[in-house]
Amino acid sequence: MAEPVGFYTDTTVCIGCKACEVACKEWNQLPSTNGGVNTLSGDSYDNTRALDGIHWRHVKFIEQFTEDRKDGRWLLMSDVCKHCVNAPCLEVCPTGAIVRTEFDSVVIQSDACNGCRDCIAACPFGVIEVNPASGTAQKCTLCYDRLQGGLEPACSKACPTQSIQFGTIKELKGRAQKRVDQLQQMGEKRAYLYGADEKMLGGLNSFYLLVDKPEVYGLPPDPKMPTRNLESGSWFSAFGAIVVGLMGVINFRNRGARENGQEQRP
Amino acid sequence: MNTVLSSTFFSAPPDWGWLIVWYFFFGGLAGGCYFLAVMIDLFGRPEDRALARLGYYIALPCLIISGILLTLDLGRPLRFWHMLIESNTYRIMFKAWSPMSVGSWALFIFGIFSLLSFLSALAEDGRLQQPAARGLRPPGALGSIIAIVGGLFGFFVAGYTGVLLAVTNRPIWSDTPLLGMLFVVSAASISAALMILLAHKSGRITPGLNALHRLDSWVVALEFVVLIAVMVSLGPVFRAWLNAWGLLLLFGVIGLGMLLPLALYWRRQWFGDLNVTAAAASVLAGGFILRLVIVFSAQGV
Repeated sequence: MAEPVGFYTDTTVCIGCKACEVACKEWNQLPSTNGGVNTLSGDSYDNTRALDGIHWRHVKFIEQFTEDRKDGRWLLMSDVCKHCVNAPCLEVCPTGAIVRTEFDSVVIQSDACNGCRDCIAACPFGVIEVNPASGTAQKCTLCYDRLQGGLEPACSKACPTQSIQFGTIKELKGRAQKRVDQLQQMGEKRAYLYGADEKMLGGLNSFYLLVDKPEVYGLPPDPKMPTRNLESGSWFSAFGAIVVGLMGVINFRNRGARENGQEQRP
Repeated sequence: MNTVLSSTFFSAPPDWGWLIVWYFFFGGLAGGCYFLAVMIDLFGRPEDRALARLGYYIALPCLIISGILLTLDLGRPLRFWHMLIESNTYRIMFKAWSPMSVGSWALFIFGIFSLLSFLSALAEDGRLQQPAARGLRPPGALGSIIAIVGGLFGFFVAGYTGVLLAVTNRPIWSDTPLLGMLFVVSAASISAALMILLAHKSGRITPGLNALHRLDSWVVALEFVVLIAVMVSLGPVFRAWLNAWGLLLLFGVIGLGMLLPLALYWRRQWFGDLNVTAAAASVLAGGFILRLVIVFSAQGV
């Protein structure tokens, strides 16, 4: 296996140009929304709205302004699949369509997916959606085809400010930590890394430098594996079945007949 | 989002809609009716066998409908077999930790058992001229094995859907481990209700029918307790039901599907013979609304 690779996204230098979105769409030949007829969302400059089956990159625009808009700031963030080390989508996929590649990325094989959508409900980040053109669940592949050809993903290649950086996870973590230290020294005490350590789903192969709480960026503060409920849910279900079974035994052992005045105990 | 209740609120809805609601309903009926038929076969009297046959007659068609609904719900329905066979290697596809994977196999295996029991019921009714098929039901050894194993798979089919919902990251579904138990108990209540309705309609008034009435009232009471436990276990996420879905849960599930039938079962003098069938009908309606609320409410937040 090649060394794990991924993205480090420094949100403090994102300018919201959406070059990453365009590059992703171009390279992966993703269809346009609504047949190319654009509709404005009314939510800042964000007309992409969310990650889905035909938007594998999404630049978020968060406006933090005072009521009179005299003071405030923009938070910009290019969101993408996190290629989790312990990936919830991969865990639940019943067809084996979701696989981990030699680059430690998580890829949905469209020819194997049957569109059951279990992975959509399992992803804590809301990354996956069905591509209406294929009828299958789709998301960022970390440009698997480009990686195989020795190229970096289209989005990071296109990013003009190096907000999206591609590399080995080890190298990226070192680079990201230096940037956090730099920002802290400059007085931006809120800077921290989201998903860089192993506590979050074993580590995110696409992690972020943020300057506010995760939920402000639409990221879950504490994402978990879906199978956390498997054991307890199964035991409770079995318990329910046993109780109903006992009720059945008690009732069908001639109790109903007794009520009817037809008791004929052998 | 101003108030963060749980990290589950950041996931996306899978857009499981009406097909899945109906699947949960018919799947519950298939598993529950088969299980009740097995209970009657194993613990009832010989004259109750007609009532047990009714359970087998319901189980197989409901299971077939379930399979059709599930297949239609797929984005690529012709690839339904990918659930069982790996499409690239043609090897068995099975993940013990994925409820959807295990459930697909359970549906397939339960289909075999419910078909055998269905054929046996037909033979006993004289509609299938294969005397050997009668041995596929208790009291014989082979029939008892089929009934017990099939009954276990039936209960699995009835309840795994709740566990499947819990093994996601959606709000409500994954914020409680009790949905599987709720679905198991609810499957028993709606199945008993449907069997009561059809038994009255088809004139299968056997001594076991009284037992079924009583069992249904017990199970509905248990279902009420489990539903309250689900609500409590949700903790702060319960706020996601403080809307129209919550009202539907209150009036449609608790009121119509639980409290009304309990009152009707316990006060039989109210409407005479109509009491029991009215109670059964309201249990069925409540069971459907329960699945409706659980499927849709978690996807609208």
